[in-house]
Amino acid sequence: MSDSSEDIIVCENVSKWFGDFRALHDVSIRVKKGEVVVVCGPSGSGKSTFIRTINRLEEHQQGRIIVDGIEMSNDIRNIDAIRREVGMVFQQFNLFPHLTVLQNVTLAPVWVRKKTRKESEQRALELLERVGIVEQALKFPGQLSGGQQQRVAIARVLAMDPRIILFDEPTSALDPEMVKEVLDVMKTLASEGITMICVTHEMGFAREVADRVVFMDRGQIVEEGTPEHFFTNPRHERTKLFLSQIL
Amino acid sequence: MATAAPPVQKTTIPFWRDTRILAILFQVLFVVLVVGVLWFFYTTMMAGLRQANLLPSFAFLSQPASFSIGESVIAYDPSNTYGYALLIGVLNTIRVAIAGVILATIIGIILGISRLSENWLLRNVATVYVEIVRNVPLLLQLFMWLALTQTFPRQQDSISIFGLIYLHNRGVTMAWPETGSDFGAWVPWLWLGLLAGIAFYVVRRIQFARRDRPGVAMPQAFLLAGAIVTIGYLFVGLTNGEWPLSLSIPELQRFNFVGGIGLTPGFAALLAGLVIYTSVFIGEIVRSGIQAVNKGQREAARALGLTPGQTLRLVIFPQALRIMIPPMTSQYLNLTKNSSLAVAVGYPDLFSIAGTTLNQTGQTVPVIMMVMAAYLTVSLVTSLFMNWYNKRIQLVER
Amino acid sequence: MATEVSQSQTRAPQPGIDVPGWLRKNLFSTWYNSLISIVLLVIVFQVVTGFFQWAFTTEGWIAAASNGRLILVGRYPAAELWRPQLALALVGLLLGLSGGVWRGIAQALTIGFAGMMLVLTALWTQLPPANPPAPLTTELVLVGIAVLVGGAYAAGRAGGERLRWPIIAGWFLAYPTIILILQGFGGTTVPTNLWGGLMLTMLLAVSGIVLSFPLGVLLALGRRSNLPVVKFFCVVYIELIRGVPLITVLFMAQLMLPLFLPSEVRIDAVVRAVVAVTLFSAAYLAENVRGGLQSIPKGQVEAARALGLNVVKTTLLITLPQALKAVIPVLVGQFISLFKDTSLVAIIGLLDLLGVARAINTQPEWLGFPGGVWRETFFVVAVIYWIFSFTMSRSSRQIEANLNRGAR
Repeated sequence: MSDSSEDIIVCENVSKWFGDFRALHDVSIRVKKGEVVVVCGPSGSGKSTFIRTINRLEEHQQGRIIVDGIEMSNDIRNIDAIRREVGMVFQQFNLFPHLTVLQNVTLAPVWVRKKTRKESEQRALELLERVGIVEQALKFPGQLSGGQQQRVAIARVLAMDPRIILFDEPTSALDPEMVKEVLDVMKTLASEGITMICVTHEMGFAREVADRVVFMDRGQIVEEGTPEHFFTNPRHERTKLFLSQIL
Repeated sequence: MATAAPPVQKTTIPFWRDTRILAILFQVLFVVLVVGVLWFFYTTMMAGLRQANLLPSFAFLSQPASFSIGESVIAYDPSNTYGYALLIGVLNTIRVAIAGVILATIIGIILGISRLSENWLLRNVATVYVEIVRNVPLLLQLFMWLALTQTFPRQQDSISIFGLIYLHNRGVTMAWPETGSDFGAWVPWLWLGLLAGIAFYVVRRIQFARRDRPGVAMPQAFLLAGAIVTIGYLFVGLTNGEWPLSLSIPELQRFNFVGGIGLTPGFAALLAGLVIYTSVFIGEIVRSGIQAVNKGQREAARALGLTPGQTLRLVIFPQALRIMIPPMTSQYLNLTKNSSLAVAVGYPDLFSIAGTTLNQTGQTVPVIMMVMAAYLTVSLVTSLFMNWYNKRIQLVER
Repeated sequence: MATEVSQSQTRAPQPGIDVPGWLRKNLFSTWYNSLISIVLLVIVFQVVTGFFQWAFTTEGWIAAASNGRLILVGRYPAAELWRPQLALALVGLLLGLSGGVWRGIAQALTIGFAGMMLVLTALWTQLPPANPPAPLTTELVLVGIAVLVGGAYAAGRAGGERLRWPIIAGWFLAYPTIILILQGFGGTTVPTNLWGGLMLTMLLAVSGIVLSFPLGVLLALGRRSNLPVVKFFCVVYIELIRGVPLITVLFMAQLMLPLFLPSEVRIDAVVRAVVAVTLFSAAYLAENVRGGLQSIPKGQVEAARALGLNVVKTTLLITLPQALKAVIPVLVGQFISLFKDTSLVAIIGLLDLLGVARAINTQPEWLGFPGGVWRETFFVVAVIYWIFSFTMSRSSRQIEANLNRGAR
């Protein structure tokens, strides 16, 4: 598994500034195909910013990002290609409120992948079935609960057949009783071999599903390792402090 | 800072796919397009004007205007220059705008409060009035007012309103404060009152701040200033036997009125139209401003034992004011811009004098540019002020 | 059953309708309320009786009545009157279909429209006969349109959802079609300087919104663009136009537009007014649309971009539809002010609804009337303006309420 050709995401010394504030400080990481990486850290540590650079929602100013062999640069062709391969699930769901659930899921396949409407609808219904809300297909997002909305958002991402999915605190905006239904869907995905990077505070999920846990603080990767190692034997003081606060 | 962002890394991308270069290219194209169109207009216009021997120039500003102006704030004679005539126009616009803003605000506040009154009749009369006035074009209302002033009788048969206001075919004559010969003696008292009021206010505020207690200083400051000014008024009046300021009541002499202040039909119609039209919109702003203040605030004030009047004055109005000021300002701007309809009722405002100038000199472009620049200045200065004000309010809220 | 009983018991006892109690509560609760009520009663009584006395005794109505055609279509040639009638029928057809399909506000507007046709018919029968008599009497046409509206409404109800998109397409095509009908093509054309009255007013207002729409949306997008040059230009345009009165823009279009264009290009006063109104309205529309764009959370764009949609697709599929839906009530409000503001073209000599009223007042026939006929003519025209803008403002409030309910 140490073969570098299996690395689907390669970040080398990625740095990002917001004005004078350095949000990312030489972040380097390699993610293998099928790997599930959980990123955690205190708020403001740059973990969201980091995963947002992977699909260019934030522009990095230094270092290299290579996704699935494509270099992230100012080349719009590369940016578009990477965005087609990388799906993203947001904290606030960001479903399109003026479209039905079904339209939300078929939008990108029709307009970006140029699939026929019929084909995409069929696939969308399959995916909605898979996340367990096929009966809501014709409703508008506003009529669904938070947990249901987040599952629609996952189906919407899956409809593009991404090789990588980024999760940006997918359960933070949910009421406690809805967290499980979303985590369950994520666990299924993880077991199916999709590469996932999740920013989350759900340490139970990390322990159970993650191949690797990355701890970030002040824009840097402080520590990374297997969940077992990370939770039982953290090396850095900052990691210990964080774990003591969160567990 | 030592951590400033380093220069962008160099990569080899064909330029038609590089987002940065595309952005610049698009903007260059945009500029070329806009400037091209404007340049086309400009050259066509200049060619046409050259043929007509009317090349734009501002030289006309120093030539004699040789037209008369119906009314002006400062002395004007047809031998004055066009530039001076336009200045008269600006002053006339300012005059009607200021009068309009003051009156529209007063009537608007009354309307807004009436719309929320507990009195069923008052509330509904105000609603009907608002719905009628705001759904009819201002220009039509101005025409109606102008036509109405034309039906007024001759001066000798003026319609009198309580002997203070007279309506007649030359316009409106009404009572107006008039300064006496001893006004100068009163001026120091006015200054004294003003300074004392300010001093009192500042001292009280400092006291409150020091003791860290809330308090109201404004009403007392006004009271103090008012008292000083009144004492001064009485003192000057009683010692000299003539009041420094008195109400001059118009009296009908053989041919015309003496005393008071006269408004031309055009000014009266314009003012009436602007005030009535704008006050309705101001009334709606006042109403929604008051309604927007949290209901809890009202209940809390009532629970503290404040009377409805006190609640409105001390709790609701100060908060509503903050919400109301931005839309209010835009109504004031609207009123000022709408005052350009003066041209339809024969009041010599900036726009109407500019129209005459334009007809006489043929200098279309410079005149229109100047008029637009004048209105634009007022609007921009106001919106700069508003931005400043909004920022200040936001700071206070933090 | 038990819950029902307890519910009826917990509800507060309904105060009976008791006249003295109502009066005391609503009119005479305090001494100053009593004073206000009495004074207002006297004023209202005076105004209402005065109004009716004037309305029923004056003979000036004849001026407006005998100029019915001038008020509605201006100096549009009598032989070509079928054109505006056809245009009206087209609007009626679309409105009827919409009313049938959407119900709600559209239905109310449909009923109002048909009702107006019938009221106009009734008024028309009171008028002196046209000279020369028109081939198809106006009454017949108006009744015909009313019937057409009814038929279209029934068809709309029968057709239901299937007709949705065809109707929307129809509305989009209606504007150019109507312009084409009114102007005429091929053989006979009616020059725009003969258009007038209510028709011209409506046309200016609708053109102002329809034509300024693309420009306004582009300006709004430009003002939010992160390309500094584009943003700068849009800000300058918007602030420049919003900073000056409409009348200056109208004058500029009248006087400077002919200078800007080569002398072979001739455009008449109505087209120039349309250009002015469009340029003016675009700046205001841009600000309204910008408000809508600002109300959309940033996450919407991010989600769209993350799905791989490019800037253009994101704008067309995600941001604009949401922004426009959010600002519909504001846009109706803008249309109302534009509808009233078009009256300013009367100053530059066009015969719109207000211009026609002024023209009627100065007709020599009415010189004998004591005090002139301006009261009656202006009143009629004011009522026309009022009906339209009041109806629109009520509809927009209804739309707003519906949108708010939908957003919940």
